[in-house]
Amino acid sequence: MGVLIARRLAFMVFVLWGITLVTFFLSRVVPGDPARLLAGPQASPLEVAHIARFYGLDDPLIVQYGRYLRNLLHGDLGFSFVTRRNVRTDIATFLPATIELAGYALVTGFLLAIVTGTVAAYRRGTSADAAGRLTAIAGLSLPVFWMALLLQLLFHTELGWLPLGGRLDPSVTPPPHITGLLTVDSLLTGNFATFINAVEHLVLPVAVLAAGVYGLMVRIMRTSVLDSLGEEYVRTAEAKGLSRWRVLRRHVLRNAMLPAVTVLGLEFGLLAAGVFVVESVFQWPGLGNYAFEAIQANDYNATMGATLVIAVLYVVINLIVDIVYLYLDPRIRYA
Amino acid sequence: MTGQMPPPPDPVRMTGEVTADPGRLARGAAASRWRRAPGTVEPFLAESRLNVAGVAIVALVLLLALFGPLIAPQNPDQINLFAVLQPPSVHHWFGTDNLGRDLFSRVLVGTRISVEVAVIILSLSVLFGTALGIVAGLAGGLLDEVVMRVTDLFLAFPGFILAAAIAATLGPSLQHTVLALAVVFWPWYTRLIRGQVLSLREREFILAARVARAGTVWIATRHVARNVLAILVVQVSLDVGYAILATSSLSFLGLGAQPPSPEWGAIIAEGRSYIQTAWWWSTFAGIALALTVLGFNLLGDGLRDWIDPRLRGSIGGLQE
Repeated sequence: MGVLIARRLAFMVFVLWGITLVTFFLSRVVPGDPARLLAGPQASPLEVAHIARFYGLDDPLIVQYGRYLRNLLHGDLGFSFVTRRNVRTDIATFLPATIELAGYALVTGFLLAIVTGTVAAYRRGTSADAAGRLTAIAGLSLPVFWMALLLQLLFHTELGWLPLGGRLDPSVTPPPHITGLLTVDSLLTGNFATFINAVEHLVLPVAVLAAGVYGLMVRIMRTSVLDSLGEEYVRTAEAKGLSRWRVLRRHVLRNAMLPAVTVLGLEFGLLAAGVFVVESVFQWPGLGNYAFEAIQANDYNATMGATLVIAVLYVVINLIVDIVYLYLDPRIRYA
Repeated sequence: MTGQMPPPPDPVRMTGEVTADPGRLARGAAASRWRRAPGTVEPFLAESRLNVAGVAIVALVLLLALFGPLIAPQNPDQINLFAVLQPPSVHHWFGTDNLGRDLFSRVLVGTRISVEVAVIILSLSVLFGTALGIVAGLAGGLLDEVVMRVTDLFLAFPGFILAAAIAATLGPSLQHTVLALAVVFWPWYTRLIRGQVLSLREREFILAARVARAGTVWIATRHVARNVLAILVVQVSLDVGYAILATSSLSFLGLGAQPPSPEWGAIIAEGRSYIQTAWWWSTFAGIALALTVLGFNLLGDGLRDWIDPRLRGSIGGLQE
């Protein structure tokens, strides 16, 4: 098992290096001159050249890449031309909002999928099973951005129940920064009004994101519950006269959760894409929105930084999933 | 697999071919009381009403993609300033936009764009990915190692983000979005096909061909390519919906098709700022997009279950 993990770690280093290579060269073939952007529209060619010299933008690409890599190893992601701040500071500001959003979406979608997948497996071949399959496919098929617009129209414009976007109403003072997650921080400081307000802002974007998480997971849950229902230990538990609920909880679900863990890595990829779109529609001040605005403004340090962070999170989460899986499944651990 | 396979954009006939494959699939088909005539589309449709829905939607979408521009009541780009922002009516089924363009015609013409885009993205990535997968699987050794590490690198990236970055880098346009998505899609096919090839490589008929001194190219085209077709069809049908959805998402974000293109994502983006006053603008294009993706996903999901009887509703050792 140690060898397996060591090999995965070595591969991760290779992947991370590849990611820097891809993001760097992608961001440097962009048409449009970052030095010109930085100097402003009124700057003379001489000033632009001066700025290019100052930031090393006229060096050969390979030299620029070497410098980028060296800075990266020191944790320096460079300077955003748009926010005029350090990219690392920017990311530290925006990342918690995304984690909060994606975290709730993951938990919501996961729980719903466990229920639906289990019911579908127990009632296989019935209309309940078909309904589970249809909702799962619908969750993956409905365009995230369109659902977001419709929900805004219904729950904000028509009913007036929920806010249009953002994390808090402008009139509400944000809680002191502890974890960066507004729901957690407001509860920790005992500020219930702020907590309610934060939850109201979370409902719509979380619902939209959770649909995809749910869609991906229902199928896996149904299959693995079906598999585990066919196992000898379930038959034994039933033969012992255990109640149906107890068999489900102790024997079926506990074993069926294992394959579900492996899907977490896939779910993260789905969430990364969803966050990108959802944050844009809901004006959610997170990493997706930051990356999107950076891409549009040709702000290549910010683009690279955000892409890199998302890709690194993706790689790390997949590594953790693999290790957790090794740990959970003794058949692999002792092999 | 005997006989000629039909071209991939015809999923309905393809199911018939898949089930006509002798062996496990046909045995599974014969075993069920639902299926009377293995080798036709019928058993696939009888399996679930959702399969019927999927086939029906996909057939409709393909028809509209072919004939939509012919039956559109108006020119989708025709500006009529005397009929701006009109709600749905007999004259304008889906209403009009702020330039008085007929949204029904625009959505109809948009169907062809989405289908074309999906066909191009998947043709590019399937051709490249499959060829590379077969070569890597058959050749083995250093070449295989290099190819697989490169695909791992691509798969380690969240695909949509990479596509967005590539599309933004090349400059926003529908062509660039298509290219970006093809770049994201091909590694999945390489990995899938290589895995299939590795297991096929040890099968008797390939070994027999080797013994008969058939060349690698002959084996790759005559034996391997034909045997990976079934699984390839399933994967493609699952990916069509995703390709359409990703294209529209990028267009919605302004990284894909640009106005005045009647691409669905672009229409929804245009209607976005009018959502409070003209709800129909974004709504109908969204319904068309959602239904299309749903149809392809229902079909793909149904085909996957069909290929893998373990996942079916009431078959195998799990019957009560």
